[in-house]
This record gives sequence, C-alpha cells and structure tokens, in this order.
Amino acid sequence: MMAGIIFVCSVTFLLQFFVSYCRSLIAASAKQPLSREVQDVTGISDGASGDDFARVLQLLHLCPDSPEDRTRVRAIGAYFGMLNVFRSTVAKFTPALRAWTDFERAQCAYFAAVALERRIAFSRDMLAEQMDS
Amino acid sequence: MVCALTKGAFRRYLFLNLYMIASVVVSLGRYQVLEHSGYTSAAYLYFYYYSDAVLTILLYFALTSLYAHVFGEMHANRYVRLGAVVLLAGTAVFSYAVVQQSSARMMTHFVVELSQNLYFVGLILTYLLWGAIMKMRETRAQLVQLVLSLGVYFSLFAATYALRNLYPSMSSVFMSLLQVFGFVLPLAWAYAFWKLSSDQLMSPARLAAVSR
Repeated sequence: MMAGIIFVCSVTFLLQFFVSYCRSLIAASAKQPLSREVQDVTGISDGASGDDFARVLQLLHLCPDSPEDRTRVRAIGAYFGMLNVFRSTVAKFTPALRAWTDFERAQCAYFAAVALERRIAFSRDMLAEQMDS
Repeated sequence: MVCALTKGAFRRYLFLNLYMIASVVVSLGRYQVLEHSGYTSAAYLYFYYYSDAVLTILLYFALTSLYAHVFGEMHANRYVRLGAVVLLAGTAVFSYAVVQQSSARMMTHFVVELSQNLYFVGLILTYLLWGAIMKMRETRAQLVQLVLSLGVYFSLFAATYALRNLYPSMSSVFMSLLQVFGFVLPLAWAYAFWKLSSDQLMSPARLAAVSR
C-alpha cells in the first residue's frame, strides 16, 4: 500500500519535473530569431505550429548532428510525444488544455527549427574547415 | 566535477561537487570489492548498500545546499541546516521503527530502508524547493536546471524502489534500471555547468507545467 502511494507520487513528480526541464530547454531557444533561409526551408515564418514538428525533425535528421544538441533534441522529442498522447486523450475534452498542448507543441516545433539553424551553421563550419585544410 | 572546475563553479556548488567526488570514489571501491569477492558475495552486497546509504545522505546535503542558494538572500541558512538535520534524524527514526521487528541483520535492513526513504524525502524536498523557486521567481538558469535534474533523479529512484517493493520477484530488473538511471544526474549537471553560465537568466513563468 505504502509502496503504491510512493510510486504514484514519484511518477507524478517525475512528470512535473520532466515537463519543467523540457520547458527550460525550450525557453533558451524561444527568443532566438530564425534566419530567412530556415524560415523558407521549414515554412515557419509567422509562428510555428505543432504540425510542423515532424517535418522540421526530418530536416534536422538530414543534417550532421552536433553532439551538444543531440540529447536535447531527443528529450524534446519525448516531450512532444507525451504532449501528443495528452492531446488525443485528456485534452480532447477540455478546450483550455487543448490550447495549452497546441501552444507547447508549437514551441517544440520552434525549438526544432532553432536546432536546425544551429546544425546548418555547424555543417557550414565543418565544410569551411575541410576546405581550408 | 570537471565541468564545474573548468567553469569556475566548483566552490559555488561545493556540496554538489563533493557528492560527485564521493560517487567516483564509491564506484571505484565497488569495482574493487566486485573484483575480489564477486557479484553474489556478501561483502559486495554489504559494501553496495552501506555505500549507497552514505551517498544518499551526501546527496541529501547537496540538496540542502541548493536550498541555501535559493534562500541565501533571506539569510535563512542556519534554519535550513537545522531543518535538514532534524528531517534526516526523523527519517532515520522512522526507518528504524519500520525495521525493528526483524531481529536478524537489523542494521543492514535499516541502512537499506533509510536509503529508500531518503530518496522519497529528497523528492518531496526537491518538489518544495521547486515550488519556492517558482514562487520567488528565481531566474538563475544554472540553479534552475540543477534543481530540476535533481528532481528527475530523485523521482526515478523513488519510483523504482517503490516498484521493487511492490514486485520483489523482479528485484534484479529494477536494480539494473537503477544503474541506468545513475547516469542521469552526472550528465544533466555536466550540461548545466558546461553550457549555462552562472549569470545566465531565464523567465520562471516559462517553466511552470501550466503557463501562468
């Protein structure tokens, strides 16, 4: 009985900490503007939508990844998956929650676009280094 | 620890780094005992659980030091220390009360029980600290990430120990999971020390599970 209560509490807190941790990662990239080039490639110009995430992620996988953002992209991918489950279950019946999940999904897509921008810059740097040598 | 030293954050987060040093020492000690006595030996079992209890107590004090960081400006460090010691003593008494019925190997049972209970107490304390961070609109990004990763770590361990108590027959599976989860804290703290500077700020309103 006691172990059951501890398990439920721990999982609840884990979810809360995980969501906040992902939001802290997203917050760092939310203020970063996207270049015209990335806006054209991703189609994100006026603001991202959650539906852009899968497409941006595919583009992201086309670029060579830098080790520094690999873990963060995975964490946000897991967070996006969690939001999708939430959106198609609980949030389906509550408009406020649905609006919140849509906002969060859009933030995830924007995070992926910023990561794409970084990876493009990383690829350019690598190419420049190779050409120099 | 290396990341903290490189970025000049070793002394600022002294207890966190001391915990990391202790983790390395304990891991080396466990490897030594494992090599000499074997995985199923009583020596390894005793060393594992006793060292785990010591590490949990150190992590508990590392968490207390994060409290001191958050409440530092309120000059509440003395009360934080006192509260931490009282709560640790309370957890020890509770753990003793739980295991006092078992006469055989009571000390070992006590150590295991104390360790498990401290993970849950640590989780609750981290949650309270997180609440205080949100309430006080703490903006230091590095501190926020250190607290959140500690919260994730405590929750993973507390949940796994609870599952182990619920399903004792699958104990070995859950013990293996704990070894995997052990990587969470060093990686997250390394990221926080390496990637975030001590003066980097973030808006706390962006971090709440539900937007405010």
